[in-house]
Amino acid sequence: MEIPAIVGAGLVVIGAGIGIGRIGGSAMEAIARQPEATNKIQTAMLIAAALIEGIGFAALFAVG
Amino acid sequence: MMGKKLLILLLMTVLSSPFISNASEADTTQTTTNNSEVAVKEGIKKYIDHHLEDSYDFSIWHAMGFEFPLPIILIDEGLHVFSSSKFHHGESVAESNGKYYTIYHSKIYRTDAEGTITIDETTHHPTQVKPLNFSITKNVTSIFIFSLIIFLLFRSFAKSYEKGPIPNKIGRFLEPLVIFVRDEIARPNIGEKHYRRYMGYLLTVFFFIWFLNLAGMTPLGIGVTNNIAVTFCLAIITFLITQFTSNKSYWGHIFWMPGVPVPMKIILAPIELLGVFIKPFALMIRLFANMTAGHVVMMSLIGLLYVFTNWFARGAFLGLTLFLSILELLVAFLQAYIFTMLTALYFGGAVAEHDDH
Repeated sequence: MEIPAIVGAGLVVIGAGIGIGRIGGSAMEAIARQPEATNKIQTAMLIAAALIEGIGFAALFAVG
Repeated sequence: MMGKKLLILLLMTVLSSPFISNASEADTTQTTTNNSEVAVKEGIKKYIDHHLEDSYDFSIWHAMGFEFPLPIILIDEGLHVFSSSKFHHGESVAESNGKYYTIYHSKIYRTDAEGTITIDETTHHPTQVKPLNFSITKNVTSIFIFSLIIFLLFRSFAKSYEKGPIPNKIGRFLEPLVIFVRDEIARPNIGEKHYRRYMGYLLTVFFFIWFLNLAGMTPLGIGVTNNIAVTFCLAIITFLITQFTSNKSYWGHIFWMPGVPVPMKIILAPIELLGVFIKPFALMIRLFANMTAGHVVMMSLIGLLYVFTNWFARGAFLGLTLFLSILELLVAFLQAYIFTMLTALYFGGAVAEHDDH
């Protein structure tokens, strides 16, 4: 039985979702611990999230 | 307190107005067959596809007839320039200097007077000749208009500093954003020594993407940043600037990574070289996919208002559409920020001086 390519893209998106969720959660914790570093944490969080998001989109793009 | 009450009243009016105005229509929709439901769904799909595509005429509200034809410029054994109104929205064949052209799937092909298109069985593409197409399409027009707007805004903003340290009206809005790009994006990522020479490009790319993202939210129906050709060009410019302003240690870190054992250096070199091309590729895909996804979701939700016959569902989707529109305003800014931020990060990597090794 052949597995359609879109299933693979779905798996990648699930992975990306977990990744971005973890980044967001960790950033939340970090801000709670050190509210004075909010700006730096937010910037680092956005960059990391954007990089992971790129992989998710690349998977969708390769399929669709 | 008063504001809250007003807001609730307004929301109730908005949500209930469909009940009042279309109460009689609800009876007729009950009797609709499955056929018309399928037709509505197909119509919505076609509308979304049409919205995401570039087009040869500028139609603001198609149904209301606000349409402007745009020039078609083709190079096909000589220059052909004519108005896109000759195509009648792709329904008829346009004639120019003895040659006939037709639009098939938003691409222009040379054909005969009847406009015949023959499809290749294996490739599913027309066998007709595709002339070089330099047409001023809807996206190109939008880019021209918004570039001009941005230029005029910033020209008057910059000129107001000649009179004193306080900028003019629009400048008071733009100044914090310019300082934001300088202090939050350029300085920390590129470094105090080099950031000045990149400011021009970073500001341009930031405001270009932001303004055009916002323009995509208006009823003008233009989607410049969800066209992959536009994001490709932006990424290519970033790529070229990164390569041509880079220093010795940038290339050293790619081909002969310092501080790691020799076998590792050999493994790392191809990966790092691939990374040089993946970085701008990711920039291109990220902006394109984010904006396309946003537009598809918005159009689909608006489409759902036509699919559902239940007025509570319609009210709920109207609220959801409003909420997502506000979210899209945030995304419009965030994508401009991330594109500029990553561009600055790549520039920073290209000019970093590694004295610490």
